[in-house]
Amino acid sequence: MAGSTPASISADLPGAAAEAQTKPVSRALDAWRRFRRHRLAVVGLVVLSIIVFGVVFGKLLWPLSMSSIDFSASLAPPSLAHPFGTDDLGHDLLARMIFGGRISLAVGLAAMLIAVGLGVLVGAVAGTAGGRIDTFLMWLTDLFLALPQLPLLLLIIYLFRNTLVHFFGEEGGIFLIVVVVIGALRWMSIARLVRAQFFSLREKEFVEAARALGASRLREVIHHMLPNTIGPIIVAATIEIANAIIAESTLSFLGLGFPPDVPTWGRLLYDGRNYLDLAPQWAIFPGMAIFLTVLSISFLGDGLRDAFDPRRVL
Amino acid sequence: MSETPLLSVRGLRKHFPITGGVLAREVARVHAVDGVSFDIAEGETLGLVGESGCGKSTTGRCILRLIEPSGGEVLFRGQDVTRLDRKALRALRRDMQIIFQDPFASLNPRHTVGGIIGEALEIHNLGKNRAEREARIVELLETVGLRPDHMRRFPHEFSGGQRQRIGIARALAVEPRLIICDEPVSALDVSIQAQVINLLEDLQERFNLTYLFIAHDLSVVEHISDRVAVMYLGRVMEIAPSRELYDNPRHPYTEALLSAVPIPDPRIKRKRIMLQGDVPSPINPPTGCHFHPRCPIAEKHCSQEAPSLRETSPGHWVSCHVRG
Repeated sequence: MAGSTPASISADLPGAAAEAQTKPVSRALDAWRRFRRHRLAVVGLVVLSIIVFGVVFGKLLWPLSMSSIDFSASLAPPSLAHPFGTDDLGHDLLARMIFGGRISLAVGLAAMLIAVGLGVLVGAVAGTAGGRIDTFLMWLTDLFLALPQLPLLLLIIYLFRNTLVHFFGEEGGIFLIVVVVIGALRWMSIARLVRAQFFSLREKEFVEAARALGASRLREVIHHMLPNTIGPIIVAATIEIANAIIAESTLSFLGLGFPPDVPTWGRLLYDGRNYLDLAPQWAIFPGMAIFLTVLSISFLGDGLRDAFDPRRVL
Repeated sequence: MSETPLLSVRGLRKHFPITGGVLAREVARVHAVDGVSFDIAEGETLGLVGESGCGKSTTGRCILRLIEPSGGEVLFRGQDVTRLDRKALRALRRDMQIIFQDPFASLNPRHTVGGIIGEALEIHNLGKNRAEREARIVELLETVGLRPDHMRRFPHEFSGGQRQRIGIARALAVEPRLIICDEPVSALDVSIQAQVINLLEDLQERFNLTYLFIAHDLSVVEHISDRVAVMYLGRVMEIAPSRELYDNPRHPYTEALLSAVPIPDPRIKRKRIMLQGDVPSPINPPTGCHFHPRCPIAEKHCSQEAPSLRETSPGHWVSCHVRG
């Protein structure tokens, strides 16, 4: 095929005829080609696309209200009228999951971005600066790791919830606080990861070569160190999304996150746990949704990591 | 040799602190480079030899200020490199370049060959636009014996020798005057070594380059160098024109080193000079002459006073109380 890459062992000597035919392929196309070779990643992409599509446009396809109460169909098993069944008040679970999924996915994505952003920033600064700045930042990281998170969460939410709700409205305010709180308590592992990578990359000869050419610190970091750290970051980021979705459900469960009438997936799962014997669908469907999302994101992450690594022969 | 040297190194020192304890106090120092001085004239190749750990590479990196020297002067065209501020240093990077030992570690695996060579052009704003830069990259690739279409490939698609050529093209991109070759062929197969050495020699002739050629392989150094400096434990023991040094070594360490070079003829027998003991630790180097504990001809005052380089015959400098 057009963009096939020879392995390093078989790289031809100058003058060999065979490789002259290979056409240069743009990097995005090449990455896409590599990505497609990764079966599981493609499956992950398809599943995730279906979930995202369902959550975003599901309202149009399944117009039933998520809050219409129908006691005659209380705790009903899956049927044509209610494909995912109903809860104790006769709410349609599919409609609730479509609505809650938006929040769960948005929280997962946003919290991951905050955690990765903070982690990369702290790790990169510590890894490049070294010395006292590094000592301080690692001390800060350890501090955050050692913090008792639940009491802290309680405190932050009690302190800021009302102000934020006042400014951004009920849902907006809570979304903001949940995302920030989750993101701000999960950057530490990424910071350590990035710092460790930077420490090893700093001594690499290609970074030294860039320095010898007169590259600035910033250029060294952006062109040489970060691109070579991207693999572990992507893997950590996918895990972060999964963790954030689950963390949000924990918060909701404790009454610290979204109010009980906002059916995030985690909330549904926790509400459903009391009825596992009578109405298992109440817990099974949200659980499956979280499980599938997390799994497909993690496969997707693997695929992305490989697609952006030109060394891999795929 | 010309009047003013292109590069002159004066009493260069690099001490790495070893910290320990709770307060990270300095408990000892590694004397990696301990007062090295030499000159290199324009267009000349100075070989720098010595066993591993003697400070050859550190010397090279200190000259480029990839490692900050602890003391001494590095004069490039009379300008002291060690005192330059950031901006002046960046300008100087165009004049001095380095070729690394390991062709697998010295190229960023995520950049294409064009990107690697082009980076030098980007940093120094060479070439007005993309097309001009690309033309220059093609020219550089051809200069080092690679093909223009190699530009779009990644380093892992090349062999060790080809990668080393890419590293050379990168160094040449800024049209430097001085190139520090840090064991550029040590990691290559013997057959490829010759190709790369020949390439370096051609380039020197074509662009009037000056080399500081760091190596531990004495025969390679003899081939490429005009003059050779021998280092031991952070100090220069002897500097002489290549022929002179190999035919007529003065310093006992040089003698021992040369006697270890294998002769490609099993019938010829030669007296090997076996040195006693190991190289002392650079953390606590011997007093006086660094070589005295292992020296077969050491005298009493060798352990008390460090000898300085003395010219024994024109161009032949030796740092030895007995032979100097």
